[in-house]
Amino acid sequence: MSSIREIRRHIRSVRNISKVTRAMQMVAASKMRRAQDQVLATRPYAQKAWELLTHLAALAVRTEQDEHPLLAVRPVNAVGLVVITSDKGLCGGYNHNLLRVATEYLQAQEKPVKVITVGRKGRDFMLRIRANLVAEFTGVPALPTLLDVLPIARTVLDDYLAGVYDEVLLAYTDFVNTLVQRPVIRRLLPLRVAGDLTEQAVSEYVAGGPQVRIPEYIYEPDPQAVLAQIVPRFTELQIYQAILESIASEHSARMVAMRNATENANELVDQLTLSFNRARQTAITKEILDIVGGAEALAKSAQR
Amino acid sequence: MPTTRLEVITAERVVYSDDVDMVLVPGVEGQLGILPRHAYLLTALTEGELVIRKAGQEDEYIAIGGGFMEVGPDHVTILADSAERAEEIDVARAEAARKRAEALLAEKRDVTALAEAAAALRRSRVRLQVARRRKRGGRGGLENE
Repeated sequence: MSSIREIRRHIRSVRNISKVTRAMQMVAASKMRRAQDQVLATRPYAQKAWELLTHLAALAVRTEQDEHPLLAVRPVNAVGLVVITSDKGLCGGYNHNLLRVATEYLQAQEKPVKVITVGRKGRDFMLRIRANLVAEFTGVPALPTLLDVLPIARTVLDDYLAGVYDEVLLAYTDFVNTLVQRPVIRRLLPLRVAGDLTEQAVSEYVAGGPQVRIPEYIYEPDPQAVLAQIVPRFTELQIYQAILESIASEHSARMVAMRNATENANELVDQLTLSFNRARQTAITKEILDIVGGAEALAKSAQR
Repeated sequence: MPTTRLEVITAERVVYSDDVDMVLVPGVEGQLGILPRHAYLLTALTEGELVIRKAGQEDEYIAIGGGFMEVGPDHVTILADSAERAEEIDVARAEAARKRAEALLAEKRDVTALAEAAAALRRSRVRLQVARRRKRGGRGGLENE
């Protein structure tokens, strides 16, 4: 049995740990809420841009214009996979779950896959499994602005247009609610404006908008020029949304992990307190026995 | 007098949303003045200042960094790459950004870098221009630098 002093020290350190994990839990909760608010704030822009985008793309088809390079479906020779993970750990199974989905995809895909990672955890993992890593980004701020995400979007757009890959997928974590975060792989490019929307990344932010019939516009300078502006913007926006979703998921996973850690620490403190009291009681009993024994010995010697 | 509903939206937030009497925007092919009951119009915008005019009120200014605009008879929706209202602009930071852009422009570099630096310079100039309007509080000319 460990000494009273040792137990006391152990209790103190576990209590400190529980204080730290509780603080981390609260910080994660507030960051999660902010990331969530921010991704919802992109909705008005996404809806309007999507509305104009579909209109312009339909118009281009009707007037038999060449398709915009970001809308055109090409035969796929190589695939780009953008893997969004966190820089930091201590967030439960968050990174692990996403990387598992990404690995499964890498194994199932027969075409060569070029990987772009966002976040240190994803980069380290991809290097370890010797995936074909073509670009990596770390140090995305806790609450990024669109500007922070532009370098990532630029890399993907440039490589896509240069033919480095013919399809780009986003692997990110969809924030469902505080308890459920779903790792998903969705298409980023080419942007398909017709057909099933759910395959497209972060489609939830364009769905549900008011479906108005768009009348004939005056275009300045011309529809193609406007379309050429909107399509890259929309791609940037999708990456931005995916990163915000992932950040909200990361914080929510961390919040749950830290809550479990705090609970475990408190339980341990309870157990340790119990053994501390027991050890103390034993010590007291032993001391009393010593005193009583001593007193009895004295009494016996006095009688004699 | 009819009014038109102006919404200035960036990817990050809704910057402005109100009924206005007139709005002046920096189109790619020159300044555009949009009044209520305008025909349907879809256009790309460049960096510049957005002037919002409401009857009986002082003009409001927003610095925008390019984007596009959709106009209908009763609404004007501007999807801006960036947008800041005059009161939000940090003059010191904008000034620093302008200096930085000028320094970059002075270096001889490849064409895309040069074009980017020039765009950055235009954006910072617009921002300063809009910020200064707030200080003067007056209705200045709309001529570009």
